[in-house]
Amino acid sequence: MKGSDLKIKNLSKSFGDTQVLKNISFRVKKGELFSILGPSGCGKTTLLRIIGGFEDPDEGRILMDNQDILELAPNKRGVNTIFQNYALFPHLSVYENIAFPLRIKKYTDGEIKEEVERYLVLARLQDHIRKYPSQLSGGQKQRVAIARALVNQPNILLLDEPLSALDAKLRQHMLIELDSIHDDVGITFIYVTHDQQEAMSVSDYMAVMNKGEILQVGTPSEIYEKPVNAFVADFIGETNFIEGKVTEVGETTGRISVEGLGVLTVDKDCPINVGDRVKLTIRPEKIRITKKEPVFATNPEQFNVIKGKVDEVIYTGFQSKFFVKVNAKYLFRLIKQHVKYYLDEAPISWKDEVFIWWNCDDSYLVEVSAS
Amino acid sequence: MRKNYGKLYTAPVLLWLTVFFVIPGLIIVVFSFLKKGLYGGVVWKFSMEAYRALFQPAFLKVVLVTVYISVVSTFLTLLLSIPVAYFIARSKAKNILLLLIIIPFWTNFLIRIFAWIAILGNNGFLNHFFISIGLFPDYIQLLYNQYAVILVTVYTNLPYAILPLYVNVEKFDFSLLEAARDLGATKSQAIFRIFLPNIKVGIITAIIFTFIPALGSYAIPQLVGGADSYMVGNIIARELTINRNWPLASSMSVILTLVTTVAILFFVNMKPGRTMTRTAVQAKAKV
Ligand SMILES: Nc1ncnc2c1ncn2[C@@H]1O[C@H](COP(=O)(O)OP(=O)(O)OP(=O)(O)O)[C@@H](O)[C@H]1O
Ligand SMILES: [Mg+2]
Repeated sequence: MKGSDLKIKNLSKSFGDTQVLKNISFRVKKGELFSILGPSGCGKTTLLRIIGGFEDPDEGRILMDNQDILELAPNKRGVNTIFQNYALFPHLSVYENIAFPLRIKKYTDGEIKEEVERYLVLARLQDHIRKYPSQLSGGQKQRVAIARALVNQPNILLLDEPLSALDAKLRQHMLIELDSIHDDVGITFIYVTHDQQEAMSVSDYMAVMNKGEILQVGTPSEIYEKPVNAFVADFIGETNFIEGKVTEVGETTGRISVEGLGVLTVDKDCPINVGDRVKLTIRPEKIRITKKEPVFATNPEQFNVIKGKVDEVIYTGFQSKFFVKVNAKYLFRLIKQHVKYYLDEAPISWKDEVFIWWNCDDSYLVEVSAS
Repeated sequence: MRKNYGKLYTAPVLLWLTVFFVIPGLIIVVFSFLKKGLYGGVVWKFSMEAYRALFQPAFLKVVLVTVYISVVSTFLTLLLSIPVAYFIARSKAKNILLLLIIIPFWTNFLIRIFAWIAILGNNGFLNHFFISIGLFPDYIQLLYNQYAVILVTVYTNLPYAILPLYVNVEKFDFSLLEAARDLGATKSQAIFRIFLPNIKVGIITAIIFTFIPALGSYAIPQLVGGADSYMVGNIIARELTINRNWPLASSMSVILTLVTTVAILFFVNMKPGRTMTRTAVQAKAKV
């Protein structure tokens, strides 16, 4: 099995006075597609450059298959990078760009032809072999960069926002292609992006970074459903935040009092005590909306119902997004899937008085601070 | 219909080139096919004598020396200029460094050569220095040989090589070197396979700016050269002024012009011959 295991241990890096990476640790297992997600400027590229060997960390270690690689030059690491700007060689044709690592390794022309052709097919570039980088579209450039990196048979492929230069549709397409290439070659991919949907749709595991720190590492669904703090919840998809004070603590649930919303039931996702201040996140797709007040046959105490007024509706065919105003402080976003023929319903529209409600099981406590 | 007066604007330049370049050039070509006058000048009689005289071993040797000195000094100039251009392009103080490159132009060319005589002469700074630190007991002959000619030629050519190289290095995307390293290249492989090919235009321009003038050198070998470093330019001057053989001086000039033209054509054709880039094609399509 190809691919390597990578362990990052307590990595720190400063440029002058600004600390760009703070005590970064994580592990990527062999063959995984691991993505690093974070806003612009949070240190993602710096982290990749350290792994690639183009920057030295101030502290910390990087172990590849349990061997420290920090002392190795970039060309000795078995790591290849797809740079943010692709970095194709402008004076070489597509064919020669891909052949470059093999020429360095002194392969014969015959071997080079065989290998390059294999990756030309993989990256679907057969029709462009004689072109120069300036004659290629963004998506083609990216595929050349991928083929050039893969032909070298690295153990780990680092991808630095490889899709950021492409338009939305092509990005979707390339993402699927990247994923299938990952399945084909089976090596470890470390994929850096600031686009959460991109990261979620392809990753086995992902790390969320902000301001040089890793906030959370987990599977996409873990991170989406159980964010460790408000930043992660907000960064990964849309959400609603509710702040309140714990008034009652039960076996599996608690009650919080929220200014402007009254008393709500919450799941005890973490230990809470009466008097704690808490922050709750509830995703838009988990809130329901009806014109009539809902009646619950079982466990009515599990549900939170709030009355509000529709502020805006965005209809997008398969679903609608609602902004429901409860009061000056709380404007809820929620999404309703149109699972029935829409024109048969009496649609909820602008300025309608509505009830929004959710099961306390579907919200998540992201922050608790003892009083 | 509007008339196109565009060509009219080129008239002054055309006139200039005709009067000061084409006509004198033609005169030289014509003179080279005439007989030598007794005290200079020409006798208006067709003769190939001036060309036959070129095949003397002495003259051929001078041609070889000229080419040799030009090649060596061009090579050394490039060797020194590429790292300098690289350094300037990557430096934060680009403008100041470029200014420093240009400052020598503020001094007359001949005065700069005389400055070298003051440095290299038997009584010059270098010899003083060597003797004072006891390196040599007596002065050593630094001037009036090929090395002095090459040294001063390289010195005068450096700015002409550094500036076009700088322009190209400046445009070079240095992340390509990291990409090359990433793909397995060593530092020197990255330089030779990625950096140099990408600044090729600058290198060729630098060669044209240094090799061509070197071929036509006159002042430098005249002032700091010796018997081993007579160049074609010196021989032409000698034939013209001392031996008063104008046809021979003319035929030598014709040959020098031919060699230079061939060299220029050669280097210009080395410029990127590959297919036009997409942007160039698009730009053309728009016109
Ligand atoms: N060579 C450098 N010298 C000084 N500061 C630097 C250097 N390289 C990066 N930085 C700073 O480090 C921080 C992190 O940069 P980095 O390029 O790693 O961000 P990023 O997460 O990749 O952002 P983006 O998503 O925009 O690419 C930024 O604030 C940047 O200004
Ligand atoms: Mg970046």
